[in-house]
Amino acid sequence: MEGIDGSGKTTQLALLAKWLKAAGHPVFQTEWNSSALVKAATKTGKKKNALTPMTFSLLHATDFADRLLYNVIPPLKAGMIVLADRYTYTAFARDAARGVDRRWVRELYSFAVKPDLAVYFRVPIDVSLDRLLARRVKLKFYEAGMDMGWSSQPLESFRIFQGKVLDEYDRLVDEYGLSLVNAAGSITDQQRVFRRLVSQHLEIAHHDDLVDESA
Amino acid sequence: MNQPEESGANGGGKPGQYYSYGIPYLSISDYPGKLLAIEGTDGVGRSTQIRLLREWLEVQGYGVIETGWTRSELMSPTIDLAKSSNTLNKLTFVLLYATDFADRLEKEIIPALKAGFIVLSDRYIFTALARAGVRGVDRTWIRNLYGFGIAPHLVFYLRIDAKTLIRRVLQSRGMDYWESGMDMKLGDDIYESFRAYQRALLKEYASMSDEFSFRVLDARRRVEVIQDELRRQIAGFLAEPDSPAPIATKSE
Repeated sequence: MEGIDGSGKTTQLALLAKWLKAAGHPVFQTEWNSSALVKAATKTGKKKNALTPMTFSLLHATDFADRLLYNVIPPLKAGMIVLADRYTYTAFARDAARGVDRRWVRELYSFAVKPDLAVYFRVPIDVSLDRLLARRVKLKFYEAGMDMGWSSQPLESFRIFQGKVLDEYDRLVDEYGLSLVNAAGSITDQQRVFRRLVSQHLEIAHHDDLVDESA
Repeated sequence: MNQPEESGANGGGKPGQYYSYGIPYLSISDYPGKLLAIEGTDGVGRSTQIRLLREWLEVQGYGVIETGWTRSELMSPTIDLAKSSNTLNKLTFVLLYATDFADRLEKEIIPALKAGFIVLSDRYIFTALARAGVRGVDRTWIRNLYGFGIAPHLVFYLRIDAKTLIRRVLQSRGMDYWESGMDMKLGDDIYESFRAYQRALLKEYASMSDEFSFRVLDARRRVEVIQDELRRQIAGFLAEPDSPAPIATKSE
């Protein structure tokens, strides 16, 4: 699941997980930048605003590697459906928006497992900002791209930075064949499209199970 | 922008320049400083040699800055923590070291080079390449990873044979978990594991000698003999026209 902050992808992911579990599918969820290993460094770095685009990128790759090996590959091997709230595309988009070399980031993440389905919840910046501000979410320093020094106003900085991130995502849609969901639509409409996309992959998985049992 | 013929740090790079893609937002053309790296496994006497080199260079009026491996303010605590809990797998191990290096490169090494310092690096990316290589990390991948690094002007490799190395380490600090490669599960016997690991490391370094144009020095000789040779080679390099002049002959 990919999309900028305020795209509503976390809501969509939660609804999808409910549906999958109700249908009896074993589900495992993993979230971007959540491993215990790098939490200390990320926290220190963020608190002191000491992260450069390169160390920001590498710390997130470290987190990703840790989660890949503990939270992605084992559940996959155990036959579970892994739902990842953000994946490598987040790094491709954000790091490139911060001026890190696009080719370098792609090579960096070449150890990742290619997802069976990557869904991108595309939303205009104004819609995402409205959602974030309605929830009274304080725009975070790095998510607003304040580290780049493009604007001292968090709102303005968010617009500039996330605008660049959106441009990067648009490149990725073609490059990696991301499935698009219009995230400006209603929650139910999005979920309908999302479930349709996912169900195409479940049929294949179901078929595999049958083959396994007969073998 | 120059397009690298080979990607990443594959092929050694041009001295003083980024190995490959580099850091696009940080231009490093025409800086006055020099980057000298001293490589070698534990127990070859790197830090002693660096201390003596620093003294010698400073007496001549050169500004000197030292940098080491895993010493960044950002990453040191995390790396220590991860090591002590033995939870590191080889990939996160590699990436933590790369993060540490990026932090020091941007905040210490590049600013020092731009300010005209001679940067003495106690170990460099080759330590990471060797450790990862021994652990079976893909060689092309890790060289691409370090493609943001700067190829040193000179790399000295203090070479030692496995037998001497093992005795020296045992004599000084003794074996520790990581330097014995215990994470690689080579066996329960820590000495056997240590020996196998150090041998494999030496092999990795040997295979990098040509790739990265190491100046190989026999580290089994006396400290003063090695130091003399280092000084001779560095003096020769600094006498080249584009090198920073020592303070005594500086005209401006």
